[in-house]
Amino acid sequence: MARSNAIRESFGDKLFLTAIYAFLALILLAVLYPLLYILSSSFSSPQAVISGRVWLFPVDFSLAGYKAIFSNPQVMTGYGNSLFYTVFGVLINVCMTVMLAYPISRTTFYGRHVIMIIMVVTMMFSGGLIPYYLTVKNLGLLDTRWSMLLPGALAVWQVIIARTFFQSSIPKELGEAAELDGCSDLGFLWRVVLPLSKPILAVLVLMYAVGHWNAYFEALIFLKSQNLFPLQIVLRNILILNSIDSSMMVDANKMAAMQGLRDLLKFSLIVVATVPVLAIYPFVQKYFVQGILIGSLKG
Amino acid sequence: MPSSTGVIEREKSQARLSGTSLLLRDRGKRVKRHWQLYLLVVLPIAYLFIFKYVPMYGAQIAFRDFSPVRGITGSEWVGLDNFITFFKSPNFWMLIKNTLIISIYSLIVGFPAPIILALALNEVRSMRFKRFVQMVTFAPYFISTIVMVSMIILFLSPRLGFVDHILKLFGMESANFMGIPSYFSSIFVWSNVWQGIGYGAVIYLAALSGINTDLYEAARVDGASRIQKVWHIDIPGIMPAAIILLILNVGQIMNVGFEKIYLMQNPLNTSTSEVISTYVYKIGLLGANFSFSAAVDLFNSVINLILLLSVNYFARRVSDSSLW
Repeated sequence: MARSNAIRESFGDKLFLTAIYAFLALILLAVLYPLLYILSSSFSSPQAVISGRVWLFPVDFSLAGYKAIFSNPQVMTGYGNSLFYTVFGVLINVCMTVMLAYPISRTTFYGRHVIMIIMVVTMMFSGGLIPYYLTVKNLGLLDTRWSMLLPGALAVWQVIIARTFFQSSIPKELGEAAELDGCSDLGFLWRVVLPLSKPILAVLVLMYAVGHWNAYFEALIFLKSQNLFPLQIVLRNILILNSIDSSMMVDANKMAAMQGLRDLLKFSLIVVATVPVLAIYPFVQKYFVQGILIGSLKG
Repeated sequence: MPSSTGVIEREKSQARLSGTSLLLRDRGKRVKRHWQLYLLVVLPIAYLFIFKYVPMYGAQIAFRDFSPVRGITGSEWVGLDNFITFFKSPNFWMLIKNTLIISIYSLIVGFPAPIILALALNEVRSMRFKRFVQMVTFAPYFISTIVMVSMIILFLSPRLGFVDHILKLFGMESANFMGIPSYFSSIFVWSNVWQGIGYGAVIYLAALSGINTDLYEAARVDGASRIQKVWHIDIPGIMPAAIILLILNVGQIMNVGFEKIYLMQNPLNTSTSEVISTYVYKIGLLGANFSFSAAVDLFNSVINLILLLSVNYFARRVSDSSLW
């Protein structure tokens, strides 16, 4: 089979295929190089980084940047807060999503179309930033941990994904059989539906978790107290606004060394903030792909 | 004729009436039997009501002179005053222009990019190489906006970035790219492509793998070249998916991502980087001018909705694919 293909391949086809491989190689390089550059810089010495000697691999291997990060209280508090918001946020998200998605996946549920309309309207229309902010303010959630958990307790898109999954992979007969056996709806959901839905639960957990870990907008508008800031806001202060409190630089007494460390720190911080997500990604990629595909199904 | 149709109509309506009452009784029983399911949706529906519909109701402050003391409905009704102030303000055309340039540029580059990647990947024979490229190009999707913007700033900085090294290699002048207004939209759009191309390609790859293999067989018998197969089989095969995504994209055209643009702004580039969403945030929340910025926001959503509806209408006229 392969041989007959090879014979039929014309010169034009070969040229086309070569061009495609070259194009993909270029894309691969364009995606990998910046990531590698960050990683290598983060393990280099401050001097190597500011003099631009890092090209591909670490120069004058050092852990100075990482030491500075892990001795910084701001970063550590941010890390802890982000972990808190992610864990409890995801817990709330997944419960709420299943609570809404499962009932409307049942054809016997009266009002499912109305609920769908209620959800779709929120996707097309929103009150806008200011009324949203005022609502959260009126509820007294401003500058509390709840403001990171409750306003985003549910994503309509994920509800639709979960509903589609329940509809297509939980056989209707199963529900009817359970009903005949006297199993309540909640019992059926807990003992039959959820164990059968592990793939979709994984999709939900991961999508929500990445969302929480990377979110900064809610924190930007709702939080004022430093001790509540998630990691992303701490990153913004250090990486983009360039404000580092002096406690980070206690051992660096020379101005130049301080500037060098300040630059190096940015690379190390990027690595530290991104590693938790990127490290698990190769193992969970298939769940994300699944999520995108279920979501793209119509209806 | 009229009388007979009248009789038929009456019979029909009677039939419908008894059908409805039967259905209603049936529904009542069903609701009672499945009360637990109705209990489950109470909390999520309450959430949607509080955090989605209450703000929609609150959007009326765009038509009022909002004061926090008097509350939303207690504030004075000023009609379209806030909108007129916005239309007349010197910022109006700058905001519209910047928003449109960035979003249309994003659409023109960002929409076809994942399609091209998917088509190219589809030609690759080695499954391992294909999977590897897919995995690597998908990875940047997980980078947070803050980290993404920091990376852009670092790479483009005259001292630390590799862009500067590469330019020097070719003997070119480097510059403070983030401070040059005319570069802003390109930096924004192409970094978005970098981050989103692998994610976007997933749907198209699925559509490509769903194409009937008979078509390829037939094409081979007819002696079609690879390019011809891509052109006559692959591209028509992903068209329905592409049209749906295009409609969704156009419906978001005025919503250029606040998060990223806001972070990329600096005092030097605001002449091209200030868009409606960043303006709303600055005027509204930082400047506490609630009513005016709510009006700007509302204007923006209305334009988006009109765009979405008209593109959907247009797509339904010219092809079979549409959102509804």
